[in-house]
Amino acid sequence: MKHTTLTFSAAVLAAGLTAQSAQAQDQIDVGLLLPYSGVYAALGNDIQAGFELGLAAYGDEVEQTFNLHIEDTEVKPPVGLAKARKLVLQDDVDVMVGIVSSAVLGAVSDIVAQMEVPLIVANAGNDDATGAGCSPYITRLSFANGQINRPMGEWMAGQGIETVYTLAPDYAAGRQMIEAFTAGFTEAGGEVVGSQYTPFQQTTDFGPYLTEAKSSGADAVYVFYAGGEAISFVKQYDSFGLKAEMPLYGAGFLTSPLYVNAEGPAAVGVIAALHYVPTIENAENDAFVTAFQEKTGRQPSEFAVHGYDSARAIIEAVKTGATTRSEIAAALSKVSFDGPRGALSIDPATNNIIQPIYVYETVEAEGGEGLTQRIIAQLDAEQMPPNGCEMKPIN
Amino acid sequence: MSGDPGFWILQTLNALQLSMLLFLLSVGLTVIFGLMHFVNLAHGALYALGAYVAATFAGMAGYWVGFFAAPVAVALFGILLYWGLIQRMRKSGPMAQVLVTFGLIFALWDLTRIIWGDIAVGIETPALLSGRISLLGVDYPAYRLFVIFLGGVVFAALAVILGRTQIGAMIRAGVDNDDMAACLGINVEKLFFAVFCVGCALAGLAGAVAAPLLSVTPGMGLDILIPTLIVIVIGGLGSLQGAIAGSLIFGFVQTFGAVLAPQISSVLIYALLALVLITKPAGLFPAKGA
Repeated sequence: MKHTTLTFSAAVLAAGLTAQSAQAQDQIDVGLLLPYSGVYAALGNDIQAGFELGLAAYGDEVEQTFNLHIEDTEVKPPVGLAKARKLVLQDDVDVMVGIVSSAVLGAVSDIVAQMEVPLIVANAGNDDATGAGCSPYITRLSFANGQINRPMGEWMAGQGIETVYTLAPDYAAGRQMIEAFTAGFTEAGGEVVGSQYTPFQQTTDFGPYLTEAKSSGADAVYVFYAGGEAISFVKQYDSFGLKAEMPLYGAGFLTSPLYVNAEGPAAVGVIAALHYVPTIENAENDAFVTAFQEKTGRQPSEFAVHGYDSARAIIEAVKTGATTRSEIAAALSKVSFDGPRGALSIDPATNNIIQPIYVYETVEAEGGEGLTQRIIAQLDAEQMPPNGCEMKPIN
Repeated sequence: MSGDPGFWILQTLNALQLSMLLFLLSVGLTVIFGLMHFVNLAHGALYALGAYVAATFAGMAGYWVGFFAAPVAVALFGILLYWGLIQRMRKSGPMAQVLVTFGLIFALWDLTRIIWGDIAVGIETPALLSGRISLLGVDYPAYRLFVIFLGGVVFAALAVILGRTQIGAMIRAGVDNDDMAACLGINVEKLFFAVFCVGCALAGLAGAVAAPLLSVTPGMGLDILIPTLIVIVIGGLGSLQGAIAGSLIFGFVQTFGAVLAPQISSVLIYALLALVLITKPAGLFPAKGA
């Protein structure tokens, strides 16, 4: 399709009928670069479901149609790179959306800069992607690791919590999350009395670490765990009876709607910070939650909202008249709208999202089965410091 | 670190609990290997299957139904596997066996994804074992004590069967020299088949036991494979003593490594593995025939 359009336009130009007729194209090709196999398959599926709902909800606002090219990164950097190349060279996409793992993002970011193709990061939270490694072609509509944890540290210190023990898996995201939390917490007067990084994807039994956390005598425990590790951790924390004496706090992935049902009653009372929970009250979120439930029978996760808002961001960019790769990239950094997460915008200094952070407690659903999220506080829209980003202009 | 004796008692229990879970898993694998000289790398995938079956039945009819259903279901699956694949692979050499059963891991992984989906499944500890029990002055989760107890029971039962019964003598004879055992009138093939089924059932049991403790994900079978192989290599291929010794060494090194030397805890066990391979290449307690 795209090739025919291009050939046709070229022919028109060559005929010299009008130099102005490099007119708006009627189709935008979008490459979805997500994991559908491997440990993050559930995240990839949620992001795609959200993206499709976003297109369905806002697609009518522009004349163009959206053509999806879907590729599986398998959460492997070389595979992600090969698939990104295919999307750019063979499918000739106008914009790419996706990337769950920061390692895959690292592999893909070079081709994004070289080929000058806009990429909307719909999950990977590595601070560097919108820090020292920032690019005018990379726009992040999910979160940065530090963004969630720093304000949570300040908030917890404000709640009278004086000492905290921290735990996280030993890899880039784990360290970035805990370092940001520690910075926020200590600046607000708190003290981290102990911390431990557990071997990533090798730790299934947290017993030794929990016993150590307990003996530290801290007021509370703050952790970052996600996926299967989050489930094991929350259940084991509860089974050791630690919740009563040391309340458990964390980055909100710990009790994400995607995993909270597998955690069961062990998750009740855990307080966490995140940029999205399904119980946020606003009209956009009501519509989103209803649509997502109709499609999947589940509550949307933070991952689903990344996809939903990414679709809307592309539509907002196209609305300004952007259709080429560089036009879309430039327009994306000026996007702002009220979405399910509340008011969000893109920071032109880093191309990272600016968004509010919610502190929520996992509670039993009223009158029904299962668990839900009770929002305790909405923290001010959080903007990441540039962290070494020097944004180059788009050529 | 702590001078509090309770801390060390807790960590010892943690180490024992991890050891027993690994024992339940590795004993099936090692006995199958010892007897059949068959390397079934898909053993971990059978463990994942056990966890999923347990979670499914537990969701419908309570934990204990899942607990008993999982070994039975996995043993039945093992029978299909034996007739369809293993029997034909018996004589084809270790390299082919390793490759085929390694491929089987991914086939089973995708099968579990198709049936149960990508989102992790949860399973609650049974009400009977959901609290904590005071032991030696510390409160320890009852379910974890149950895992330690179960591991001990399985070890004792296997020790008695292998060491004191006629069928045990036949199995030991088969491990030591299967040709000679066959000459003595032992139906080695039938014996192999029975042992393979028991090994599969033990993998299913380990899955059911691990499910409430950990999260049930399609990848859990692959995650557990390396620890299991380390246990078997340290302990010595094919022997019950090797399986228990390897499990205890792994459990204690892993647990106390995490406490005493967190920076190097993830390489400690590999260092130990290398040391064992250099000094006793056959492992600490190898079966005679292996």
